[in-house]
Amino acid sequence: MGRSAVAAVSAARAQRAAATADPPTRPLLVFGLGVYFGVALVKSEAASWFRIQEMFRFESFHMYGILGSAVVVAGLSVALIRRFGLERPGGGPARIEPKEPGNVTARLAGGFVFGLGWALLGACPGPIYALIGSGVTVLVVGLASAVAGAWAYGHLRDRLPH
Amino acid sequence: MLEQPWPWYVAGPLIGLIVPLLLLLAGREFGISSSLQHICAATLPGEAEYFRYDWKRKGLWNLVFVAGVAAGGFVAGWLFANPDPVAIADSTRSALAAMGVRDFSGLVPSDLIGWSALLTLRGFCAVVLGGFLVGFGARYAGGCTSGHAITGLATLQPASMLAVAGFFAGGLLVSWVVLPWLL
Repeated sequence: MGRSAVAAVSAARAQRAAATADPPTRPLLVFGLGVYFGVALVKSEAASWFRIQEMFRFESFHMYGILGSAVVVAGLSVALIRRFGLERPGGGPARIEPKEPGNVTARLAGGFVFGLGWALLGACPGPIYALIGSGVTVLVVGLASAVAGAWAYGHLRDRLPH
Repeated sequence: MLEQPWPWYVAGPLIGLIVPLLLLLAGREFGISSSLQHICAATLPGEAEYFRYDWKRKGLWNLVFVAGVAAGGFVAGWLFANPDPVAIADSTRSALAAMGVRDFSGLVPSDLIGWSALLTLRGFCAVVLGGFLVGFGARYAGGCTSGHAITGLATLQPASMLAVAGFFAGGLLVSWVVLPWLL
């Protein structure tokens, strides 16, 4: 077998592997889960600018209770899923891929910049979408600004410490 | 009754459940801020390697998800909106009032986050600058509250602990130092 044929076979194999690794999109289901999350963001008031200020001022347990119990429930669920070896749709184990542990600077600096914005806008990305839906239409401008921020990061990436 | 806000011990676990639900039903990892990257990749990728990928394959599900989040916001914040002000601590309310926040009636203060406030320095900083920093920082850190503070902490990822430490450092600086000066 010639070199190009070998390359073609391995490319086809890689393509197949990538295809099976892709779960089906299931748009209605994913949309429904989004609705569920959006309702929870509004009804928990995690989408409230006031709650974010209250959190950063340490004047109520509310937001810490939400985040803490969400982390515990998510952590226990993921551990149970692993314990029982459940699979994701499309095959393969249902697990959270570990994030690259390196990039200490990027995590801290990026996190810091995000925190500045979170306290100014009073909304992280999920609540931006939920608030737009709830009628705080000015957050369309907030969303456009956030997209611009992501765009700027994408173009400055090579020049930032990582 | 549908209009009432939920206590943290109801809302928090329901939010946590989104992680296994997405993983088992859709085979996806919970995270919101990647939608910002997908929007760039779909509309104006420019020269950046960061936006040159098959966004339909990697990101379409995420864009459908955030569209659902907006629809959920409509259901909970418009159709069944809480008629009462957000029940924040009295100390927070009086501190914010002393800084010059006037409107406590909705989820956000309309005198800061509203169309007419957009052309004031404080309104511009809150919405435009704040939004920009949220998008820039979330992508720099590799995730936001959903990807790092919930999914990442739940799976004990060191990267997420660092990111969340950064979230709080930035948030504390703004809430305690910047806002009293800006508002």
